Amino acid sequence: MTEQSSKQKQPVAIFFFTAALILFATGMLWGIMGALSYVFPGLLKSTFSFEKIRPLHVSSVVFWIILSAIGSVASFLQQHTGRKIYSPRLLRIQFFIFCITIILILCSYLMGKFGGREYWEFHPVFAIPIVIGWILFLINMLRSIRHFKKQPVYIWMWCTGIVFFLFTFLESYLWLFPYFRNNIVNDMTIQWKSYGSMVGSWNMLIYGSSIFLLDKISGSQRYSYSRIAFLLYFLGLFNLMFNWGHHIYTLPTHSFIKHIGYLVSMTELILLGRIIYLWKSSLSTAKKQYHLLAYRFLLAADIWILLTLILAIAMSVPAINVYTHGTHITVAHTMGATIGINSFLILAFITDIFKDQFPAVKPSLKFFNAGYWIANIALFIFWVSLVGAGILKAQWQMSEHQIPFGSMMQQLHPYFIVFFVSGILLTIGFLFIIFVLLRQQRNACKQTGEK
Amino acid sequence: MVFPEKSKLLLVILLLVGFITYTGFIYKDLPVTTSHATSAAMEGKALWQQKNCNACHQVYGLGGYLGPDLTNVFSKRGPAYISAFLKNGTPVMPNFHFTQTEIDALLAYLKNIDHSGTADPRKFTKHYDGTIE
Repeated sequence: MTEQSSKQKQPVAIFFFTAALILFATGMLWGIMGALSYVFPGLLKSTFSFEKIRPLHVSSVVFWIILSAIGSVASFLQQHTGRKIYSPRLLRIQFFIFCITIILILCSYLMGKFGGREYWEFHPVFAIPIVIGWILFLINMLRSIRHFKKQPVYIWMWCTGIVFFLFTFLESYLWLFPYFRNNIVNDMTIQWKSYGSMVGSWNMLIYGSSIFLLDKISGSQRYSYSRIAFLLYFLGLFNLMFNWGHHIYTLPTHSFIKHIGYLVSMTELILLGRIIYLWKSSLSTAKKQYHLLAYRFLLAADIWILLTLILAIAMSVPAINVYTHGTHITVAHTMGATIGINSFLILAFITDIFKDQFPAVKPSLKFFNAGYWIANIALFIFWVSLVGAGILKAQWQMSEHQIPFGSMMQQLHPYFIVFFVSGILLTIGFLFIIFVLLRQQRNACKQTGEK
Repeated sequence: MVFPEKSKLLLVILLLVGFITYTGFIYKDLPVTTSHATSAAMEGKALWQQKNCNACHQVYGLGGYLGPDLTNVFSKRGPAYISAFLKNGTPVMPNFHFTQTEIDALLAYLKNIDHSGTADPRKFTKHYDGTIE
């Protein structure tokens, strides 16, 4: 990795980030509308009923993660090799395929056309261009790295993420065959096998990129080639392949799937132990690097990794999962992972890449700092309100004399209000950051145009 | 300390073989081989997906949070109760203007789900090793 390679112009990767940031902003606005349905039930049911809002929110934010992960990998890969990506043209084609497909998917929801799967869903026909685009990404990746010999751990993680996303995405469409969909238990088993691993595969892209960025900030690649980095990678891969059973403990499926899911999930205790062990040294590094905007996001993600991991490990114990399953504690875990970890890490990548790509334009620190702190504080309140609502729902689920579902939802109402207000604040915080990044890009483009 | 290249390759191959075997085994020996759904139930499933019912409702605790879990609603409430909801909607759920054939298909699907097992968390026995039964 050289100074020159990080400054090499990467217009296609920037396209991915711009589209991703717009999706992130709109996804959060759909999220607020969704939360509104909890605070004022039935308010939007004649125009934007929840079955439309939820996929609009979920798909927008999932594509935010996917598009920005592709942009980050493409950009960091070029910095790593010191060469241009194998085919910028293929990357451009992939970008247009994805953009057109995403627009069509979002429009299809508005027209009431759904795939109807839990939780990331769209009409199966849209899966075809996604697969084609992803194959182009795979070709670009493999041709760009050329070989696997003596490659750092992030290259292994990126390749793993790309290959497993393709596999699990295809696997999630096995329900189209009657053999798999004829029985609800079989259908749900395969569905959660694919979705559980799919999340692991995009995490590989994101965590790989964060290792690359940490190397870049520290100025040393020692960790990326180390034994511990590869051991942790193999632990992650092991979990990606086999821990998905923890999603379906209450489903009457094969018991060995649940036992394997439980045992494999418990290996994540190693990660938790390591985080706690390294906490002190992480803190001193944080103090040293705090002036770097990208590092601030990495720091926030570090705290969310700890909180989310503790929750995830607890939820992976079947005897605890039986209480938390189907409650808002699961939502808290998802929000912690997608916002606290994925989104903060991605914002760290974008901030770093924009710093290199547009060195002449400095982002507005006033807006950035305000957005950063609002988002972090609001996310914590948002998360706590979901955990609180989840605990109450868990009590209701286990109660011998259950009150009606509607009455239970009324009891959760104060938590939904906190969730709604903190959700608005969270969106405002992130919108500040998105505004700073998009303005930085726009000003850089203006300057280039003037020259 | 560096990880030997050969060990990396060996570990990847080992994990991949394990994953492929596990996947193949699950595909071949699906958890339920006996009870297949009727054609009405399959039509109900298609309708369930077309209307995106999962956005609000759960089955086996997986799905949305705005409405109740419907895994065992058929045996708990009965078809007449469910039909009333499907015909008129609720203050929260829109009226989808289902035809009688569509309501029958959804009822067949909910009956099929109900027969597959119970989603009531109170029914599970919890063991000290963390497992459930």
